Amino acid sequence: MAASEVLEGRSETPGREALHGLRDTLPFMFGSIPFGMLFGTLALAKGLDPLATMAMSLFVFSGSAQFIAVVLLGAGSGLWVVWFATFVLNLRHLLYAATLVDHVRHLSQGWRFPLAAFLTDETFAVMERRYRTQSAKADLRPRGGGPNAHWYYIASCAGMYANWQFWTFIGITVGQNFPDVQNWGLEFAMVVTFIGIVVPLLTSMPYVAATVTAGLVAVLANPLPYKLGLMLAALAGIVVGVVLDIRKRGPQ
Amino acid sequence: MIFGMALINLAIRWPVYLFANHFRFPPIIERALAFVPVAVLTAIIVPTVLYPGDGTALDLSWKNPALLASLVAVAVSYFSKNLFATIGAGVIAFLFLRWLLPV
Repeated sequence: MAASEVLEGRSETPGREALHGLRDTLPFMFGSIPFGMLFGTLALAKGLDPLATMAMSLFVFSGSAQFIAVVLLGAGSGLWVVWFATFVLNLRHLLYAATLVDHVRHLSQGWRFPLAAFLTDETFAVMERRYRTQSAKADLRPRGGGPNAHWYYIASCAGMYANWQFWTFIGITVGQNFPDVQNWGLEFAMVVTFIGIVVPLLTSMPYVAATVTAGLVAVLANPLPYKLGLMLAALAGIVVGVVLDIRKRGPQ
Repeated sequence: MIFGMALINLAIRWPVYLFANHFRFPPIIERALAFVPVAVLTAIIVPTVLYPGDGTALDLSWKNPALLASLVAVAVSYFSKNLFATIGAGVIAFLFLRWLLPV
């Protein structure tokens, strides 16, 4: 049974891969509804015109950076401040790309470009889980996930992208009629999905310690601007994890 | 402004994939990368849960429905290892607690 499962996993068609990628991204698409709507509404309230607001979602496609940008604009900050904030907010994508690069190395540049440009926190979480579980099953370590896994990946990206555009548009057009959308609790779907991905990873002491450290530092550093605390917490967690891992398994 | 932001995003996200054929990470970095998912995702979740609303005040009380529902989700995930059970239980717990504990 295990063997046939593995074979099945390897021979998934592009269409089925795409369908599964979309399905596994659904909770995140629900979770980003309030953010998309809120962004559309807030950007107008801060004086951005509807076309520029839509353009930002279309071309920047980075929720946290977009929010900071309109807030900074509303506060009268200059261009360089907005760009600096965008840079700092997106630094975590270096870590994402470095984590996933082994699984896309064999693909053509024509594939790698969209897979890089449309990567989000949510798609990273979905893909990390996908590559990890499929690799464990099929022992496909360097190219985890089977020959058509990139269809799963691109479908997850496309789902998040289309969803973000749609809810930005709703926010721009009728957002002011739903002032309490952030209190509907939709974003909690995102939180529990991340929890469901992280907890099964806590298989040994170094992982638990890395998680606890990241959580503690994230709380302590939360008041820092531009979500610098996020990056600080992530790095602290990684360092603690590696140090304990080396003490446990030796430096090799 | 938008063009610049789009360019910055791309400048961070693309190069690692673009030059993937020309480098490999040293083993110590490979080891560190194994901790990226737990560290980054935790750093995103925890403040979202503990700083509800506008994100300025730490709320560690039992009246924070996101906190209690997150603990439920952690427990369900730990015992079931099932992602969809975790999402379902967490969302239901959150909605129930919020209905139970009106602000």
